[in-house]
Amino acid sequence: MSVALDTGGADAVRPFVRPAEPIDVPPPMRAIMGWTEDEYRGAKAPTYPCLIDERHVVAAAYDMPNVPMAVWIDEDGRIVRPAEPAGATDGFRSLDRATMTLPEDLARAGRASRARYRDAIRDWVAHGAQSRYALSPQAVRARIAGPSEEDAFASACFALANLLRERGAHDLAAHWFSEAKHRCPERWNYVRQALDLQQKGAASGPEFVKALRELGERPYYARIDLEEHGTGTEM
Amino acid sequence: MKSASHNVISIARARHLRIDDDLERVNAMSVTVQYDGVATDAAAASASGDDLWMPLDELTPITGWEAKPQGLCRGERCVPIPAERRAEFFASDGRFNLAAFARYIDQPFVHEDAARVWLFGEPPAARRDALRSLEAPDFTLPDLDGKRWSLSQFRGKKVLLLTWASW
Repeated sequence: MSVALDTGGADAVRPFVRPAEPIDVPPPMRAIMGWTEDEYRGAKAPTYPCLIDERHVVAAAYDMPNVPMAVWIDEDGRIVRPAEPAGATDGFRSLDRATMTLPEDLARAGRASRARYRDAIRDWVAHGAQSRYALSPQAVRARIAGPSEEDAFASACFALANLLRERGAHDLAAHWFSEAKHRCPERWNYVRQALDLQQKGAASGPEFVKALRELGERPYYARIDLEEHGTGTEM
Repeated sequence: MKSASHNVISIARARHLRIDDDLERVNAMSVTVQYDGVATDAAAASASGDDLWMPLDELTPITGWEAKPQGLCRGERCVPIPAERRAEFFASDGRFNLAAFARYIDQPFVHEDAARVWLFGEPPAARRDALRSLEAPDFTLPDLDGKRWSLSQFRGKKVLLLTWASW
C-alpha cells in the first residue's frame, strides 16, 4: 500500500494517483527512475490501496524523516525491514537546475539503486522469510534508532500545527509548522511540507536547495545495506 | 487569566500573526486537549503558564490515565507519584497537573495559548520500544474515495508500506 504524507489531502494527491493525463516526469527524474519508454507509456493507475495521511501519523509511528521510504511487514504483522529509503539516492543533489540535467554516472547509479531495491522486494515476495533481504529480528532492532527527544518535540509541534490548521487557525498553524521545521531541520517531511503550505512548489524551491547545500557531505537519504551483513555502502 | 491572555496576544502580534481572526474560530471558554491523537474539549481544565490542571473526572476520559493508590495508571502500567512531590501533581481541590505528569514521564507537549490548545505527544522511548517490538504499528487512513483502510486488515499478506508526497 502507499501512503501519501500530504497535509493538502485528496486535492493534493489526486493528480498523482488518478492523473487526468499521463504525468510529465521531468527528464532528470526519469533518468534516475530508470523506467524504459515502454514502462513509462504503460504506466497504469495503481490497484493497491493509496492512502492519504494528512497528519503524517505513519511517519511518526514508523519514524520516517523523509520520502520515499518503505517498511516491509510480513504476514504476521511483524516488521522485517524497518523504515528505509526505498531505493532513492542522493544523485538528485547534483542536478544542474539551470539546464535541468544530471551527470550520467549519477543517473545510472540512481537507476541501479532503484532496480536493486525493486528486485529485493520481488525476492522477498517470492521467498518470504527465506529471502536474504528479510532481516532477522536482531538486525531489524539494531537498525531502529527511534526518535530523539528533539524529534518527538518537533512531532508534537507538527501535530499541533495540523490541529490548528484543521480548525481554521491558519496563521497560528504556520507558526507551529515553522517551529517543527526549525527544531528538526533535517526531518525533511516537516521542512518540505511546511514550505509547500507556504507556497505551492516551494518544497523544491530555493530554501530547500539551500538546506540541501548546507548538508555538505552528509547524506540526504540514509545509506542502507540491503543484506543483513552488508558493507554500509549500498544506496 | 485576562492579563495572561493579553500577554499572549502581545507576543503573538509581535510574530505578525493575525490572531484576532484566528481567535474567533476557537472556543475561548474551554481548553482543547489532544491526547493520543484525539482532540477533546476539557471544559473544566485551566492553564497556568506551562501547567495544565484538570479535574480527575476529565482526566481519565481524555487521557486514559486514572489516579489510584499506587499512582497514575493506564491499563496495566502504573506510574508511582513520589509522596514528596505530590503537590506538584495534585492540587488541594483534587485537580491534576497533566503537564507536570508529562514532564515526569518525558512526554513532549506543546500549547498554543492564543487558541487554548494543548497537545501531548508520545514519549520517544515509548515509540522506540514499540518499534523494537517489531509489531507493525496499526493505523487507519482514507483513500481518495474516502474509504478507510487499516493496516491490520492485511494480516495474512505481506505488506510493502511505501510513503510518498505530492510536494
